[in-house]
Amino acid sequence: MELAELLAIGERERSSRRPVQINCCIAAGCLSAGSEAVQRSLNDSVKAAGLQERAQVCGVGCLRLCSRGPLVRIEPEGDLYERVTPEQAPGIVAALTGGHADAQRGDPDSPFFRRQVSVVLENCGRIEPERIESYIAAGGYQALFRALHEMTPTQVIDAVSRSGLRGRGGAGYPTGVKWSMVAKAPGPRKFVVCNADEGDPGAFMNRSELESDPHRVLEGMAIAGYAVGAEQGYVYIRGEYPQAIHRLQVALRQANRLGLLGGHVFDSPFAFRIDLRIGAGAFVCGEETALMASIEGRRGTPRPRPPYPAEAGLWGCPTLINNVETFANIPGIIRRGPEWFAAFGTEKSKGTKVFSLTGKVRHAGLVEVPMGTTLRTIVEEIGGGSADGTPIKAVQTGGPSGGCIPAWLFDTPVDYESLTQLGSIMGSGGLIVMDEQTSMVDVARFYMEFCMDESCGKCVPCRAGTVQLHRLLTKIIQRRAQADDLRRLEELCDLVRHASLCGLGQTAPNPVLSTLRYFRHEYEALLARPEV
Amino acid sequence: MPVKTLTINGQLVSAREGETILEAARDAGIRIPTLCYLPGLSAHGGCRLCLVEISGSSRLQPACVTKVVEGMEVQTHTERLNAYRRMIVELLFAEGNHVCGVCVANGNCELQDLAAEVGMDHDRFEYLHPNRGLDASHDRFGIDHNRCVLCTRCVRVCDEVEGAHTWDVAGRGANSRVITDLNQPWGESATCTSCGKCFLACPTGAIFRQGSTVAETVRDRSKLEFLVRAREERQWHV
Repeated sequence: MELAELLAIGERERSSRRPVQINCCIAAGCLSAGSEAVQRSLNDSVKAAGLQERAQVCGVGCLRLCSRGPLVRIEPEGDLYERVTPEQAPGIVAALTGGHADAQRGDPDSPFFRRQVSVVLENCGRIEPERIESYIAAGGYQALFRALHEMTPTQVIDAVSRSGLRGRGGAGYPTGVKWSMVAKAPGPRKFVVCNADEGDPGAFMNRSELESDPHRVLEGMAIAGYAVGAEQGYVYIRGEYPQAIHRLQVALRQANRLGLLGGHVFDSPFAFRIDLRIGAGAFVCGEETALMASIEGRRGTPRPRPPYPAEAGLWGCPTLINNVETFANIPGIIRRGPEWFAAFGTEKSKGTKVFSLTGKVRHAGLVEVPMGTTLRTIVEEIGGGSADGTPIKAVQTGGPSGGCIPAWLFDTPVDYESLTQLGSIMGSGGLIVMDEQTSMVDVARFYMEFCMDESCGKCVPCRAGTVQLHRLLTKIIQRRAQADDLRRLEELCDLVRHASLCGLGQTAPNPVLSTLRYFRHEYEALLARPEV
Repeated sequence: MPVKTLTINGQLVSAREGETILEAARDAGIRIPTLCYLPGLSAHGGCRLCLVEISGSSRLQPACVTKVVEGMEVQTHTERLNAYRRMIVELLFAEGNHVCGVCVANGNCELQDLAAEVGMDHDRFEYLHPNRGLDASHDRFGIDHNRCVLCTRCVRVCDEVEGAHTWDVAGRGANSRVITDLNQPWGESATCTSCGKCFLACPTGAIFRQGSTVAETVRDRSKLEFLVRAREERQWHV
């Protein structure tokens, strides 16, 4: 395909659009609230009102305010309807011609939307994820064309390095460095892997990204393949995401058909094939060495590093593994330039970060903000504070590998270093808000139970240590523990943290350690009085 | 052949390129405790007993898989490492049912030896008293899963030395266990050659010879060593 053909597809798509789009969210959150029936009903209502020439109903990706789903947004006016039922559809359509809509109206200018900045999510909720034309009309695949025809692989890597992008899976490793390591690693075959095994409780960023804009991730992977010299890519996605899997399958079919993936991408000598590998429900397979073992068809257990995947990954070949969101950042960086990207964020953490804001918060949903935004802005302005007025106590970041940050530290800017300093981590972007009614010891035990269940069992500190940590926490909650048990808890946390084989075990004590750091009094209040 | 020099516990040690810290230490007569490691099998890195401190690295590294580097400074028995090792052994004892007094391997058990080596006089963790079952369906051998420490030596020896791959691991976390074939009774396994290498490799009394009773286990590891030497060094005579 030539660039002109690509642009023509986009032009055709734009010119065939009706003046009004009724965008109905069909991402998993709204789907589970019944948006499929809403979409059908909206379609019927448009027909019944004879407005087919003026308006069209589009199934779009995440409209972000998930707690108020199903959501419907009218473009270009921007009217937002919340908790829409199929019965309210005729009213929404009637409102286009001056009628009255009985559906609950949302405020598209509220801080929840106003304080957000869209980089990764620029197409999210605007394009139809199951139609490649919709992505192309939004400028899609132009970055891939540019990279292939106007840039050398080294220039692509240089652009990524200059953008300052760091891994969005949580650890924040500089993406450009990783890419150049794989590019320089010797080997006849190389691989690109997209880690979509998002498993943290309460996290749905990657799912939403894939459900809302799957082509963006594929385009980012293809650019990565060109940059590092790989011909094969894998998306490792968890089986619990059927909707995202389906949309990826559709997207792959479409991209292959148009020659945007597969042999001779854009009629260039570059070939890049992407296949899906579906996880079978193990959290540990999000760890890169376990993930690779799983792709190879072996039991998904981690192995000691080094060697790192960049040196010896899939089948011993150099392998680039990045998170969904990291790849989703790439097309924007190539299309608009690294300087544009680096203008967002802080000195050391560039760009934006997508969070899934959940818990005891008024507005729960998908949030994208520049790096360095304070937790207070995210929780109180965007999230609108607590749901029922109970004071907020803490926010949990980074899932089972992260920690709880108390409300008195909410002025901390969200970037990799600041969160690590507070004993938590950026993680992949789960943010769970907790109010004063939440017991932090309960929270610690919840995450420990998760880690205990998800431990692969390969190394002793994680397999047996998490079980004993869970027992000690249970003992504390049941008020049977004494000061000695608290000491043992801390000793064991230290062991599991420093002696475990992989990241799962090494970070499993974080929820306990961070709650001990900020809420030690809650643990102490639960201790049984020593018998005299 | 390029040779590397490094210091282990302040002692200057030489090693071949590509050797691990554990191999270099053993050549120099420095013992680092291990459990899942067995010479001749691929390294597993699971027991974490061989963790050592390396100057300039904040992370502890398993000696069984970490390759020697010129000028490396390794500490194998710091106070911190000793404390970790004791805790790991305590965790192992608390996790299974390790009752030496009624065990076939009493007196010939690596877990028992480790407990003595790390100075474990009592277990500070709660015993879990699991009921993981026992498979005595095989004519010559049996496995008591309650005594299994999941070192996977049986899995690796069966796959890498015997070439049968009868054993593997099923389940995860505390529910992991070694299984034969597709989790069939061992006696019904179609792949097992009854060679007994898993019995020879087992560090505890988990895999035992049928008919043996308390403290009667005798393992002749020289058989395994002979095979490994034959394979790796093409040396067929003892």
